[in-house]
Amino acid sequence: MTATAPNSFRRAAGRHTVQEDPMTVRDAAAALPRLEVTALSKTYGSGGSAKCVIEDLTFTVNTGEVVCIVGPSGVGKTTLLKCLAGLQPVTSGAAAIDGRKIDGPPAEMALVFQDYNRSLMPWLTVRKNIRLPLRHLRLQAAELNQRIDTALEAVGLTHAANQYPWQLSGGMQQRVAIARALAYRPEILIMDEPFASVDAQTRFELEDLCLKIRDDFGMTILVVTHDIDEAVYLSDRVVVLGAKPARVLDVVDIDLPAPRDQISSRALKEFADQRTNVLSMIRKPA
Amino acid sequence: MKRKALNWSLGVATPVLLVAAWWAASANSMNTFFPPLSAIMVRFRELWLFDHFGSDILLSLRNLLLGYAVATVAGVVIGFVTALVPVARWALDPVIHFLRGIPPVALVPIFISLIGFGIEMRVASIALAALFPTLIATVDGIRSVDTTLKDVSSVYRLSRGEKLAQVYLPAAGPQIASGMQVSLQVAFIVMIASEMLGSSEGIGAMTLLAQQSFMIPDMWAGILLLGVIGFGANLVFELLKNRILAWHAGSRRLANS
Repeated sequence: MTATAPNSFRRAAGRHTVQEDPMTVRDAAAALPRLEVTALSKTYGSGGSAKCVIEDLTFTVNTGEVVCIVGPSGVGKTTLLKCLAGLQPVTSGAAAIDGRKIDGPPAEMALVFQDYNRSLMPWLTVRKNIRLPLRHLRLQAAELNQRIDTALEAVGLTHAANQYPWQLSGGMQQRVAIARALAYRPEILIMDEPFASVDAQTRFELEDLCLKIRDDFGMTILVVTHDIDEAVYLSDRVVVLGAKPARVLDVVDIDLPAPRDQISSRALKEFADQRTNVLSMIRKPA
Repeated sequence: MKRKALNWSLGVATPVLLVAAWWAASANSMNTFFPPLSAIMVRFRELWLFDHFGSDILLSLRNLLLGYAVATVAGVVIGFVTALVPVARWALDPVIHFLRGIPPVALVPIFISLIGFGIEMRVASIALAALFPTLIATVDGIRSVDTTLKDVSSVYRLSRGEKLAQVYLPAAGPQIASGMQVSLQVAFIVMIASEMLGSSEGIGAMTLLAQQSFMIPDMWAGILLLGVIGFGANLVFELLKNRILAWHAGSRRLANS
C-alpha cells in the first residue's frame, strides 16, 4: 500500500480549498440545481405482488456540491442510484440533469459501484481498465495517456498501472474504480457505498480523495453510504432516507468549515451535533 | 519444488514404461492381431514418414482444421445471437437442444447421401458436429456475464461493438474455451469417422483399409498416429488457452490460495 498517499491527498485538498472561498462556491451552486429528483417512485412487479421500493422521493443536488444519502440498510438506495444512472426506468416521477429527464445513462455522469471486485474487468490491467471507457471519446493519444496518468496519480496507484485488479487489495481495487471514473471526467459522479469494504485507514484516504476531486475538477458528487460519520464529514448536505418504501425524512445542511480535515473536523462540536441529529432520525421508529 | 520435479518425472516415466512394457511383451509375438511393436514402428515410419504425409496426413489435418474453424466461428456467432437477441433465443434454444442430442457420428451418413463422398462432406460433417459444444458454451457464458459488468459498460456508454468485443467476449472467454476444447475432440472423432465411412483417403481411411486387407501392423500404425495427433492438438489448444486466458488462471489461483 502507498504510505504516502493520505498525506498528499490532504495537502493538495487543503491547498486548493484555501484559495477558493467555499462560500462563493456554495452561493453560486444554490442557483444551479444540477441533479433534480422529483416525486420519484420505483415499484417492482405489478398487481398483487407489486413491491414499492421508493416512494415519492424529492431532493436536488447543486453544482459542485457533495451530497450524501444515508438511510437504513435495504432501503433501496442502490435502486435509487440505478434510476439516477439511467440503468433502470422509474415507475413515476422523474430524475433530471439540468432539467433534462434521465432516460438512459447520461454522458456527463459516472458511477462507482459498490462491488469493486465485480466492476473491474479482470482481463484488463489497471491501465487498460481505466482506458476502456475513454476509447469512444476519441481523444488524442497524448490526452488519453495524460488523463490516465493523472487519474492514477490522484488515487496513488501509478506503481500498479500494469497489474491486474485481482492482484490488488480491496482498497486498491476501489481506487482503480475511482480512477476510471476520474479519467472519464464526468461532471456528476455518483458513488454507491464506495468505501464500505475497505479498512479504516484507506477509508479516510478515499474520503479525502473524494473531497479533493470535487475541488480539483469541480465535480458534483452524490454518495450513498450507511456510515453517518462519513456522510457528515463529506457532505454539504445529507439526504436522510426512511424505510420502507424509501422516502426523504429530512435534508440536513452541514456547515462544517472547509477544508475538512479528518482529525480537526471530526473533533468539532458541530460535527458531533450533526451526527447525533442524523443518527436519531434514522434510529427513530417510523 | 522437489515435489513438482517428482510429479513431472512420474508424468514422463509412466508412458515411457508402458511403451517399454508393450515393446518387451510383444517382441516375439506370433499373434496376428498383436504384432511386435518394433514391426508397427517400422510400418509407422514407412507409411507416415513421409510417404503418405502429403497425401493423407495433411489432407486429414486440413479437413479437421477447416471444419473446426467453421464450427468455432459459427458457434460463437450463433451463440452471441442466441444469448443476446430474445427472439432468437426463443426460436433457437429448443432446436439447439434437440440437435445436440444426436450423436455427431450419426450425422455422417446423412452427409454422405446429401453431399456425396467428397471433401465438402467431411468438412461439413466435422463442422456441424463440432458446432454444438462451442455454441452451447457460448450461450451459457454470455448469459452468465456479471450484471455489474454490464451496468459498468452502460454507465460508461460503451458502443455496442465495444460491449460485444471488449466485455461479453472476454467475460465469456473461459466458458467458450471449454466448449471449444470439447468441440476439438468431437471434430477429431468425426474426422476419423467421416474418412472411415465415405472415403479412400485420409488417416481414417488408411487405417480401416489396413484392417480390411489384414495389414495389421499398418492398422496399429494408423491408430498410433491418430493418438499422436489427438494428443498434439489438445496440447496446442491448452498452450494457446493458457496464454490467452492467463488472467483467468491467475485470478483463480489467487482466489483459491
